[in-house]
Amino acid sequence: MGDVVLKIEQLAVEVEGREILHNINLEMKPGETHVLFGPNGSGKTTLLMAIMGFPKYRVTRGKIVFKGQDITKLSLDERARLGIGMSFQRPPVVRGVKTRDMVAACLKGEEREERIEQLAEKTNLAAFLDREINYGFSGGEIKRSELMQLLAQKPELTLIDEPESGVDLVNIVLIGELINELLEKDCPLLERKCMGLIITHTGHILDYVNARTGYVMCGGVIGCSGDPREILATIREKGYQECIACFLRRKASSG
Amino acid sequence: MVEIASSKTHKNKARAAAVKKATFGEDIDLGTYVSSAEEQPYQSDPSKLPAKAKKRMLEAGLILDDPGQRTGTFIQMDNAPVHSSVRQEGVEVMAVSQALEKYDWLSDYWWQAVAVDTDKYTASVELNQYNGYFIRALPGFKTIYPVQACLYLAKARLAQNVHNIIIAEENSELHIITGCTTASNEEAGLHLGVSEFYIKKGAKVTFTMIHNWNPEVAVRPRSAAIIEENGLFLSNYVLMKPVRSLQMYPTARCVGENAVVRFNSILVAGEGSSLDIGSRVILNANGAKTEIISRAITTGGTIVARGYIEGNAPDVKGHLECRGLILAGGGIIHAIPELKGTLAGIDLSHEAAVGKIAEEEVEYLMARGLTRSEATATIVRGFLRVDIEGLPPLLGAELQRAIEASEKDLM
Repeated sequence: MGDVVLKIEQLAVEVEGREILHNINLEMKPGETHVLFGPNGSGKTTLLMAIMGFPKYRVTRGKIVFKGQDITKLSLDERARLGIGMSFQRPPVVRGVKTRDMVAACLKGEEREERIEQLAEKTNLAAFLDREINYGFSGGEIKRSELMQLLAQKPELTLIDEPESGVDLVNIVLIGELINELLEKDCPLLERKCMGLIITHTGHILDYVNARTGYVMCGGVIGCSGDPREILATIREKGYQECIACFLRRKASSG
Repeated sequence: MVEIASSKTHKNKARAAAVKKATFGEDIDLGTYVSSAEEQPYQSDPSKLPAKAKKRMLEAGLILDDPGQRTGTFIQMDNAPVHSSVRQEGVEVMAVSQALEKYDWLSDYWWQAVAVDTDKYTASVELNQYNGYFIRALPGFKTIYPVQACLYLAKARLAQNVHNIIIAEENSELHIITGCTTASNEEAGLHLGVSEFYIKKGAKVTFTMIHNWNPEVAVRPRSAAIIEENGLFLSNYVLMKPVRSLQMYPTARCVGENAVVRFNSILVAGEGSSLDIGSRVILNANGAKTEIISRAITTGGTIVARGYIEGNAPDVKGHLECRGLILAGGGIIHAIPELKGTLAGIDLSHEAAVGKIAEEEVEYLMARGLTRSEATATIVRGFLRVDIEGLPPLLGAELQRAIEASEKDLM
């Protein structure tokens, strides 16, 4: 395994003047996939948005280091060009901008029609290329469109927000395959470069995508980390209530 | 000047309306403009027109060096036609004065779609008319390439008076691209243009108009179309360059069953430009349909974007969509969509939105690696892109190029 590529140190993030994330620490090495579990409102999306660099998500303490560079102050688009990409849970409709235009933008100038068509074929979106991006798309279509753009963008670190939400069983198989391709899962771990940080509320995506480490977020902190399947088993059996109770117990004993 | 049989009545009505103010738009003092009927040398080969004029015309969509891409050409400079030609059987392109001499029946069409006493501008065209174009497709004939027409304003402070007649006979198909432009980038001028469209049973007319004026020119087009059974009128209008004051509210009347009208407008107003532009469709026959789409951008100017659909017959359908983007402070967009229905069983709707570019959309594109300015440009380009159903692909591509050529001025 190579060196740490993403290192988040003691990160605190504020949204509209309110601190949402407190003291987040996280490390990822090349080829690794990590999964963020947590109840609604625990700060999972905030962490992804802060890593991606959305201005609304303001880092007040700590830092984010990516490929050896402190990116805490870099803008959203600089981070994207450095190799961070994101699959949005609810991307906006951009009227007049076609899905094809988005894929072409992700291909960074190598706008080969052939490549665009090929990606659309793979994501089962050939009929959507000339439609306005996200306009009238179903849940599954949005996810596939996000992944098609990311397959064109080829980020080293992909942040994926709730890949299974609003997706039916037929779509989830394809979405799993696309994520596996994006994260180079067919490549031996030692040679794999691409990393993924996936938010999942239900954990269904783990039936299709393997991950190395899981975290449970509660109240803006990472409560625990460990084997993602073990964590999921606990959550499935006892619910997030148990995670929150466990977290409070530990906080009380350490405090 | 042309005299036609029933001209006396028209003249009298025009005289009565000579000082009648228009319903909308700034009142233009016609007295500050000069009239001229100066002859211009006829040019049988339009590619030999002065290079500067050709360049301005090209920007307005006129292709003069490659006649193969056009079915016919008409060029009027100031108030004099300087060229008319046609390359396809079944299509007629000539000065309207010439057409009036050739066809007695043309007087039956004169001021039938547009009322001569609409306002002082229509009256002025009648009272000081010099020329305009006549474009006609004979029954069953279909143009493959568009007919192009140019109204060119060269003389300073000139009032250009134009009366155009377009007739698509039964089951014909006529594609027209028309460019209006000025020789100068700064001289004042006035363009008064009346256009009357007659679209017969089963005929189809696409009319694509590109306006490239200058910041001192005032423009008052007065257009109307009458569409018969199963006819189609598709009007595309592009105004992306500065103009001092432009007001128009073309009207299409569907008088035959299942007639269809579509208006698409792309409007950009920079600082100092004042636009009051709308499209009006009256659905008077069973099953008639319309769609009015306008996209307005201001970078400092004022745009009143109007739209009006009236349904007076069973099973008519109409939709009006008006979207405005304010890209710079000081700009104003005032969208006024109106619908009127006079009986049950009609289906009219509208949507209007005015605002700035959503930050969320810019950030979405930035997350794919585009810079802020690239993301903004992509969104503006998308905003201005109207996919026009029914326009020949070649003409669609030309229109897109004309829009893209002006887009960079916006950024």
